[in-house]
Order: sequence, then C-alpha cells, then structure tokens
Amino acid sequence: MAASSLLLLLADGRFPAGAHAHSGGLEAAVAAGRVTDLASLEAFLVGRLATAGLVGAAFAAAAHRAAVAGAVDPADPARSAARSRALARLDAELDARTAAPTLRAVSRRQGRALLRAGREIWPHAPFGDLPTGRPGGAHQPLVLGLLCAAAGLSRTETATVSAYATVTGAASAGVRLLGLDPYRVQALLVGLADACDGTAADAARAADDPPERLPAAAAPLADIHAEVHATWEVRLFAS
Amino acid sequence: MRALARLVARADGQGGTVLVELHGETPLLLRQTPSEGGVATVHVVGGAAGPLAGDDLRLDIEVGPGAAVRVHSVAASVALPGRPGAVSRMAVRAVVHGGAALHWLPEQLVAAAGCAHLAESRVELAAGASLRWRDELICGRYGEAPGGAVVHTQVDYAGRPLLRQSLAVGPHAPGWAGPAVLGGAPATGSLLVVDPSRPPEAATADGSVARLPLAGGPATLWTATAPDAHTLRAHLTV
Repeated sequence: MAASSLLLLLADGRFPAGAHAHSGGLEAAVAAGRVTDLASLEAFLVGRLATAGLVGAAFAAAAHRAAVAGAVDPADPARSAARSRALARLDAELDARTAAPTLRAVSRRQGRALLRAGREIWPHAPFGDLPTGRPGGAHQPLVLGLLCAAAGLSRTETATVSAYATVTGAASAGVRLLGLDPYRVQALLVGLADACDGTAADAARAADDPPERLPAAAAPLADIHAEVHATWEVRLFAS
Repeated sequence: MRALARLVARADGQGGTVLVELHGETPLLLRQTPSEGGVATVHVVGGAAGPLAGDDLRLDIEVGPGAAVRVHSVAASVALPGRPGAVSRMAVRAVVHGGAALHWLPEQLVAAAGCAHLAESRVELAAGASLRWRDELICGRYGEAPGGAVVHTQVDYAGRPLLRQSLAVGPHAPGWAGPAVLGGAPATGSLLVVDPSRPPEAATADGSVARLPLAGGPATLWTATAPDAHTLRAHLTV
C-alpha cells in the first residue's frame, strides 16, 4: 500500500519539481499551427510518447537500475564509484540523444528542480553520485531514476512515472493553450493509458541493455520547435 | 540478397588519397570516379532494384590518418517489400582516423509502401577527424503511404557518444506523421558536420529546419522536414 501512495505522489503534477511550467513542446507546435484541436493534440501526444517519452523513461529506468544494483549499503565507496561511472555514461548517452541544445538545457533545468525536492525528501539517497562536471546539473531522467529508487519504487514504476509525465504535462498545457474541454482531454489521456503502460514496460526492459543501445527515438519537429520556441520573447511555458 | 562491400583509403603522403581496397558485391557495387582536390570519390552503384525485404547489405569504410573520401550514390534507393515478414537491412560502418575526412552524401532513401527496412549507420571518429554525413528519407513514393522504415545513426567522437538517433516511420511507428514528429512532411533528413577546425555555432531554427550544435564534440546537426526531396536537399546543403 505504501508503495502505491508513493507512486501516486511522484507521478502527481503537484510534486514540487516545476513540471507545470513546461508544455513538452506543445506551445511551439500550437504556434506553428500544427496542433489546433483535440485530434491533433492526440496525434501530438502519441508521437511524443513514442519518442521523447520512450527515451526519457528508458533513461529513468537505467538510472534506477544503477541506483539499486550491487551492494546493500548505498554509501559503500566502491559501489558509489561504480554508480558515478554508470550515471556519467548515461548522462553522455542522453546528451547524444538530445540534439537540440535547448532541450538539453531544459532537461538539466528540470533535473535541478527535481534534485532540490529529492535532497530534501530523501537526504540519504545517493544523489551525490550524479555527474557534477556539467554546467546546468544532471538530466531530469537520471535524477528521477535515483529519486524513484530512493522511494522504493520498482524499475517499471519508475518508467511509468516518466512516461506518464510526458503525456500529462503536454495534455494539461493543451487545455490552457487551446481552451480545450478538460473532460475531453482527460478522456483522451484515459485512451492513452495502455500506450503509456506499454511504453513504460518497453523502457524498463530496455534498461537491461548497455547504455549505447538504449532507445534513441528521434522527432525532428521536437528539435525544430524547441529552438524556435527558445527565440520567443514572450511565452506561457518555459519549454 | 546478401552483399558486403568494403572501402579502405590511405593518405598517399603527397596530399592525395589512395583507395587500397575497393570492392563490392551485387547489388552493392562501388566505383571510383575522378577525384577532386586530393579527395578520393566513390559512387555506390545499385546493381539491382531494392533493397527488397530480406536483403542484407553491408558497407564497411575505413579512412586512414590524413586521407579524405567522398561517397555518393548514383540514384535514390527504394526500399521495397519482399518475402512476407522479412526485413531489408543496409548497415554502414565507418571508421575515420585523426586528420582524415569522410563525406557520406548519398541520394535519398525512399520507403515504398509495404517495405520493412532498417538503415543502420555506425561511425567512429578519432579525435581530429572530420565528417559530413547526410541522411535523407522520403516517406513513400508519390502519393503513397510508406511501409516501415527505421533510420538509425550512431556516431562516436574520440570515444565519446556524439549522436544517437533513430527515426521510425510507417505503420509500426505511433505518431510518426503527427505534429510531434514530422507534421505530415513526406521528406525528412539530417546533415551531421563534424569539423574540429570550425568554431562552435549557435542554434538556429525556422519552421522546418534547425541547426543544432551537439554536446559531445565539435559538431553541428542540421535537421529538417520538407514537402519534397528537392526542398529537403536545399535545407541540407550547407
């Protein structure tokens, strides 16, 4: 029962990690006239889940795997060094999957916000093993993986939290940006629940592969939209 | 069909490049064409239609220290269906040593209706190597919905991951034609330029093309979507 409540807490948009400030690329897609109604919002969410959603969930799952592998004592120095190496490798691999510099910066900014919450709530979790050499902090999926491991969630639950956030964040931004009926948008999310679970299951399985073989699903418009959005002087969402 | 082709280039010590190995197998044939300014030029000549599902084609390229190679193809390749359940595969492996340059600038890949194709490129660049790598994908012949195609690109620079991307289109790629991925554009592609002598550039974008400086090395990726092959080529010619 405790694990279920923790799962809900971590997946909740009210978890203090600033997720509500991001539209997951939807604001730029709306401005480009590519998302205009419920049907095009659904197509957006489906494509985002299969690309950024899968990659983010797989890296969260891989970070979770690095967090829980090996010794029983998480503070064991040898264990900590191995975990640092694994997380640094995942960080570089995720950079290589994030061609747009704006999206790399957004991921690190969201990672920083999540880390702030994580350090307060789970002060003994091994956040100190996250790579520190990079300006901007660690990527969000890596922080999420460690945080979910600290909360005692399973690898698949971790991937679910990540995949779920990719669709729900953009969906609620859709309500605000397009003035869509929130009931209809919620029904759309209910319809996507199976796809979301399937993506999470795929991501959790993929985390067994070596880092260079983790999913790398690309979305050209996500990169293009992100860089266009970054040039705007006025915007409702940070990304 | 299965075919293995191999290209090995070495600097000749006088500012030029010699091809010490150049051989192919039908349908993957390699032909040396007149070189320009010390750059050895090779054309890939499709010796048969396809690739057809079931074909397994592989090209290995090695560019030795200080050598320079440019690879083109004489025509677009059209991935076609073959045996039910079979997948066609074109795997390119390239190793580029320090001070060497590889320009991989083939014609488009067309994913025809019913195809099941995997284009897989793996490039290892030593520190100080240069690369120009263009991939162009046309989703279906004129007026046709494409079959399944995956274009997977994996590039390392100086032992670090530089680029990993896998673009999937067709009936098994959810949302690929939607506004998060291609927005209905039938043509998409990218040009990766790795050039240690070029100063870093800022990102730019307009509605259908972006210039993206990468994190893992002295590299820039141009990524584009377009209404047709001609417009796409214009976006990816820099």
